[in-house]
Amino acid sequence: MATRRRFLFTLSALAGAALAARGAHAQTLTDRETLLRRITGGSAVQQGRVTFDTPELADNGHAVPVRIAVDSPMTAADHVRSITVIAERNPRPIVATFHLGPHSGRAQVVTRIRLADTQEVLALAQLSDGSYWLGGARVVVTELACVESG
Amino acid sequence: MLARVEVPQQARRGEIIQIRIAIQHPMETGYRPDNFGRRIPKNVINNLVCRYNGVEVFRAEMGSGISANPLLQFHAVAEASGEFVFEWIDDAGQRGAERAMLIVKPE
Repeated sequence: MATRRRFLFTLSALAGAALAARGAHAQTLTDRETLLRRITGGSAVQQGRVTFDTPELADNGHAVPVRIAVDSPMTAADHVRSITVIAERNPRPIVATFHLGPHSGRAQVVTRIRLADTQEVLALAQLSDGSYWLGGARVVVTELACVESG
Repeated sequence: MLARVEVPQQARRGEIIQIRIAIQHPMETGYRPDNFGRRIPKNVINNLVCRYNGVEVFRAEMGSGISANPLLQFHAVAEASGEFVFEWIDDAGQRGAERAMLIVKPE
């Protein structure tokens, strides 16, 4: 009887954990939409044109090298206006916004960012025609930033 | 604030050049305690502008998600000989500036 009860208890606990995980997942999805809307003001966001290069495994979340490139001719008529880097699981998800223009020649920015957790980092580019393009990369972080000092 | 900029000394007209700037700054997140357990207030370089002969070629708005001693690499089209001026400010209101000359040769 005791083992059956324990079995049922484990089963319900597992189901609960699964539901919680689902809930957490749904949470990040809505967060992403809200975040993107905060930047775009509700404009449609298309996937593509943005390449996010970063190591898949970052030993140290304090300084994760990233390179964001946008497929654009960077002419006066057709260029990238801005690139916003987003880390949804950071305490402050908007990491930085970089403003570029036709004088940039190439739509590429390299920097180092802090990551508080393993996550998919995103880059949202706004082009001169007003359209928004999204790209991302998943980074596994072993030593987290923010939690410890440094 | 100590900073190092990397701008090529010379370029051909129309060439896309790579620019790098590294600034010594803790980029305090505001989440870190000091040795007495008190929270160190947030202080990051929140804005950096790079102008080339007076024209803005790059601007960064940054938050605490940018690592300490921020490094930025971007590009610019070499148009005419002149000066690159980098200016930035942190949350404490402290400003920094750095400049570099570029000589542009005709094609």
